[in-house]
Amino acid sequence: MARAVTSRRKLINTGIAWAIGLLIFFPILWTILTSFKTEAQAIASPPLFINFDWTLENYGVVMERSNYARFLWNSIIIAGGSTILGLIIAVPAAWSMAFVPSKRTKDILLWMLSTKMLPAVGVLYPIYLLFIQLGLLDSRAGLVIVMMLINLPIIIWMLYTYFREIPGEILEAARMDGATLKEELIYILTPMAIPGIASTMLLNFILAWNEAFWTLNLTAVDAAPLTAFIASYSSPEGLFFAKLSAASTMAIAPILILGWFSQKQLVRGLTFGAVK
Amino acid sequence: MGQIQLKQVTKSFGEVQVIPPLDLTIEDGEFTVFVGPSGCGKSTLLRLIAGLEDISSGHIEIDGKDATDLVPAKRGLAMVFQSYALYPHMSVRKNIAFPLRMAKMDQAEITRRVESAASVLNLTDYLDRRPGQLSGGQRQRVAIGRAIVREPAAFLFDEPLSNLDAALRVGMRLEISELHKRLETTMIYVTHDQVEAMTMADKIVVLQAGVIEQVGSPLELYRAPRNTFVAGFIGSPKMNLLTGAEAAKYDATTIGIRPEHIDVVEADGAWQGTVGVAEHLGSDTFFHIHNTGLAETITVRAIGDVNLKHGDTIHLTPRAEEIHRFDGQGLRIE
Repeated sequence: MARAVTSRRKLINTGIAWAIGLLIFFPILWTILTSFKTEAQAIASPPLFINFDWTLENYGVVMERSNYARFLWNSIIIAGGSTILGLIIAVPAAWSMAFVPSKRTKDILLWMLSTKMLPAVGVLYPIYLLFIQLGLLDSRAGLVIVMMLINLPIIIWMLYTYFREIPGEILEAARMDGATLKEELIYILTPMAIPGIASTMLLNFILAWNEAFWTLNLTAVDAAPLTAFIASYSSPEGLFFAKLSAASTMAIAPILILGWFSQKQLVRGLTFGAVK
Repeated sequence: MGQIQLKQVTKSFGEVQVIPPLDLTIEDGEFTVFVGPSGCGKSTLLRLIAGLEDISSGHIEIDGKDATDLVPAKRGLAMVFQSYALYPHMSVRKNIAFPLRMAKMDQAEITRRVESAASVLNLTDYLDRRPGQLSGGQRQRVAIGRAIVREPAAFLFDEPLSNLDAALRVGMRLEISELHKRLETTMIYVTHDQVEAMTMADKIVVLQAGVIEQVGSPLELYRAPRNTFVAGFIGSPKMNLLTGAEAAKYDATTIGIRPEHIDVVEADGAWQGTVGVAEHLGSDTFFHIHNTGLAETITVRAIGDVNLKHGDTIHLTPRAEEIHRFDGQGLRIE
């Protein structure tokens, strides 16, 4: 039986939800607002909310001083490349765990997830040395690999959850119908799992886009993505809040837009398996 | 061309042997039903024949050729699954055409076969729909369509009707029987429903715990069950199995008498008892009788509507010539 919710209660709940939403969104809003202020207005006390002289000056300076397009391109390559590479590895892995599980499958899944619990800085030194040895430092290829490895457990886990929802009998039917393993994956499993694969890709792309620890530590100039672009405007003296905000806004805008248009897909993907 | 032979086939999952060594021959063109309670190994046996599970030892021959190590697609068998297992992202047309596409058949031949299968199964108007837009019965017909276009050596059905409602089930049962008459192809059909087994089969294989209890035509199993398990499993309502003094009168450890072979008499019957539950079906009435002095409740079938109700006294006489006798091991005594 559906629980009865009074309209008063509904109103209160909606109000609370909006308040929490705005609270979470506020820092981003503040960053965007600050990016349109002058440096003086940005540090004015009391802070100015919207009653200031709106200016595009910061954007002009940022565009002039740094090559935004190159940073953007690096972000796209690193996030996109690691997502595609991760998917190529994760689809067969998730397939085998979902459809031909062994006694150890659950353990392997947990072990993979446990690698996410290790503080990244714990492996920075070995990876840094490895990168020097392999000549991968400050290269997009190196970052694609690292980013893929970091997100691989999540990709496999998500795909595994999706594949588990696909009845094994359908794949058996395909086998009876003469499909080879490759044909089974291409014609049956992948089309049926497209919503899941899409939201997995989307989430992974966002995670890789926002990742700052590895991108800041393993790049300098050539492979530096937008996270490095933002960092280049933060100075210890803290005198350039407006420019820093403009840079941040430019860095998060593409992913914010992507997230906005795909939020339905994303929410469905993240709650998949939870609701039946 | 669809003789299937199992020779000393076994199947174990880890330490557990679910199918002890088993021999069975299914003749070409025969409609064979595997029947037994849940967990008796009938579906496993079907999956071994299909090649979806590997056998642990023994041989499977299809048309005299060893198929033990062949992948499912190379065995020339088609399977219809309980859940239909249709491809949800493909239209009915594409579903039916899928095995032909996988066989790299040319497009004209695919079209011809799909359309002929669709017309046989009354699916012509639904060819462009997705499985999600079809009823249960239609989905099952698509699954059958996907099987017949391949012109297989044999059809394997894994409880294909158990997801359908009762009325539809009877209809589909007839359709499958008619399909068998028309195609004259070997069919192996797995069910736990002995009514399906009795009505459809040329040959019934009764299984329990992976062991074949009896193989025979429906009426052979009905008339001469080899042991008490088959006696109790085949026939509806179940055969009455009586032990103790009543069985001893017939020189047996257990005797069996079917509900339809006990007559309700006015007085002086062999047994007298009170009616527990009376099930009035109109054409028949089933009585469950208590307090007969026997350890077991007796089920009786009377023709027509007999006007007795709960608590009434009833007199019964079993037909002596219809009594089945079983020994201490539960095996039939001739």
